[in-house]
Amino acid sequence: MRHSLALRIGPVAFRIGSAWRAPLDALARLYAGYPAPADGLCDFTVRLEPERPWRRFVRPSVAIRGDYVLPDAAPLPLAHGLLAAEMGMNLQMALGQRRWLLLHAATVEKDGRAIVMTGESGAGKSTLAALLGERGWRLMGDEFALVDLDAGTLLPFPRAVSLKNGAIGVMEAEAEPGRFGPRLAGTPKGDIRHLRPNREAIARMGERAKPALILFPRFGEAAAVRGVGQAEVFMRLTQASTNYVALGRRGFDALTGLVRTVPALAIDYPDTETAVGLIADFRRELAA
Amino acid sequence: MTGARLLVRALRDPGAIGECDWPGLVSAARAEQLIGSLAFRMEGRKVPERIEALFEAARRDSAQVRTQALWEAEMCRRALAPLGIPVVLMKGTAFHAAGLEASIGRSVGDLDILVPRDRLAAVEAALVEAGWEHVKPTDGYDDSYYRRWMHELPPLIHKDRDRMIDVHHTILPLTARPRPDAAALIADSVLLENGLRILSPADIIVHAAAHLFADGDLAGGLRNLWDIDRLLREFDSPDFRRRLEERARLHQLAGPVARALRLSHRLYGTPAAAGRLTLADRLFEARLLARNGWGQERRKLLRFAFYLRGHWLRMPPPMLARHLWIKATR
Amino acid sequence: MAGPRYIADPASAVTAVALAGLAVLYHAPSGMTHIVASPAPEILDALQQGPADAAELLRRLRARFEFDGDEAIHARLGELEAAGLVRRA
Repeated sequence: MRHSLALRIGPVAFRIGSAWRAPLDALARLYAGYPAPADGLCDFTVRLEPERPWRRFVRPSVAIRGDYVLPDAAPLPLAHGLLAAEMGMNLQMALGQRRWLLLHAATVEKDGRAIVMTGESGAGKSTLAALLGERGWRLMGDEFALVDLDAGTLLPFPRAVSLKNGAIGVMEAEAEPGRFGPRLAGTPKGDIRHLRPNREAIARMGERAKPALILFPRFGEAAAVRGVGQAEVFMRLTQASTNYVALGRRGFDALTGLVRTVPALAIDYPDTETAVGLIADFRRELAA
Repeated sequence: MTGARLLVRALRDPGAIGECDWPGLVSAARAEQLIGSLAFRMEGRKVPERIEALFEAARRDSAQVRTQALWEAEMCRRALAPLGIPVVLMKGTAFHAAGLEASIGRSVGDLDILVPRDRLAAVEAALVEAGWEHVKPTDGYDDSYYRRWMHELPPLIHKDRDRMIDVHHTILPLTARPRPDAAALIADSVLLENGLRILSPADIIVHAAAHLFADGDLAGGLRNLWDIDRLLREFDSPDFRRRLEERARLHQLAGPVARALRLSHRLYGTPAAAGRLTLADRLFEARLLARNGWGQERRKLLRFAFYLRGHWLRMPPPMLARHLWIKATR
Repeated sequence: MAGPRYIADPASAVTAVALAGLAVLYHAPSGMTHIVASPAPEILDALQQGPADAAELLRRLRARFEFDGDEAIHARLGELEAAGLVRRA
């Protein structure tokens, strides 16, 4: 591959190869300050390649490939190469990760206690997590929560937060301009802008936390809080996991352990400030 | 050295890999569906920590792959038991079911079974009754073409477990020139404890060789040859060699089997029939090794030539012309 | 006329965890996880005594539990069979 970049995020190391320089330059800027993997070793390989040889130059089109691929994935225009790299890393984790139980969730931590926020796309978990990350919480990740299969603790995986549409404006008001990637307009999901986690999140990316609360946030409703039954929590978490089935008995033990020992709440919220307030309340109760 | 060449070296002689391009080895192994086999070959060897963690995860994953593969076989057994027909497991699932050395770290995709051709309709009905569904619509040109000329039913997928089953009635398409003896494959099959069957050891190797050469474009070839290497080492004896030659001739696959042995010896050091590589063998070898340290397939022209060859072998020219015409004008 | 007889895997093949009124089962032979409600766990338990048809199963269940769902037993057995947790003898 013509160009390459190595990146370490939490316990996972990637190498990203690309036929074009631009996406890797953008990626390097976005992840400024992240450590490089030791010894040039990595867990996963991502490749950004032209869909067809001539598409390297003519209407450049980036196919997302690597160790693990989605056969029917549509390529992206070169202008969205950064997004392709991010999607490529997501794909490697979603399809190939077997060391930890993966939950599609955003995680924030304070005083050693972590809140795991999970739910459908568009529920606003990324935005909430990003906001909490600017309000004294440590952002551990916005896309994947990593659960240790034996200990049940959470490992940080602080990727750049993927902000969409309205959320971009919300976070532009909160975080320094230098931490943002370029605004990518017209993606299949609308406008996207990536936000690098703050210095603390990066510095502490090796520090685990105990899960203290599982949260199912739902955006767009009047504020409400309710408990969630354990069986429902279990079912929703298996749906939120890409590798639960492949992990067999160990996955079962880790997930039942999590569900039995960690309380769960569902919250509806009309705006992010309300949610932040609710979560601050929970934290006080948990600390008490 | 990296990519496919490094992978072959590591499988063949894990102790000989000292400092190497580990990411290149892992990417090639993943691309060739050999990461599980590699992880077991490398067990106990000196490997950097991060890579050892990957291998450890791959070894564990292997156990779950085996469980799921054998479960598919079991559910198939339950569905077909009332029919009272021989059901012969094939490929990876068969290796796992019989605990063969070729099963160590072996990945498994679909469940492949072989049944008598005259019971195909009953088998299909029983599977559908038990929750399998057709993947593609069951009418029109594609489906009737498939049923008339292919060696298997159109693929079925289980509606709850989301796993595919391929029901074969012979091991090569009916349009291919070699005509394996499907009845003999079944007659010589070996009964397992649970009532399912696998092909006889010699027939397993003939099938692997057929699958490798006459059936497709060599994708997955390194794994196929690794299967053959493991199988031969487990069963080899002078008697077995004779038996293998007999069965290869019976199934009109003497050429492909001989080629498979030469290539297996060349790549993996299998104590097989040596014999010098032909010019064609060298092209096969080049095609099999055409993967670099980023996991990319190289040598496009060579790959395309083999792709065409795969189609050619599957279909005589007039049929191919009609087939392409229908596809193009639909 | 007696219906089909069913067999369940030995108890050691299934790991059960109770979660607020339901049971989550890990079935080792299949590697699959099932979330089940009563009377499924009771049926699996009752089959530990040996193969049984629906009528025999009902007798066993009534002997050990306050069991009320006679008609439902066939539906439950069908579900358990489709899930692979029981099979026909």
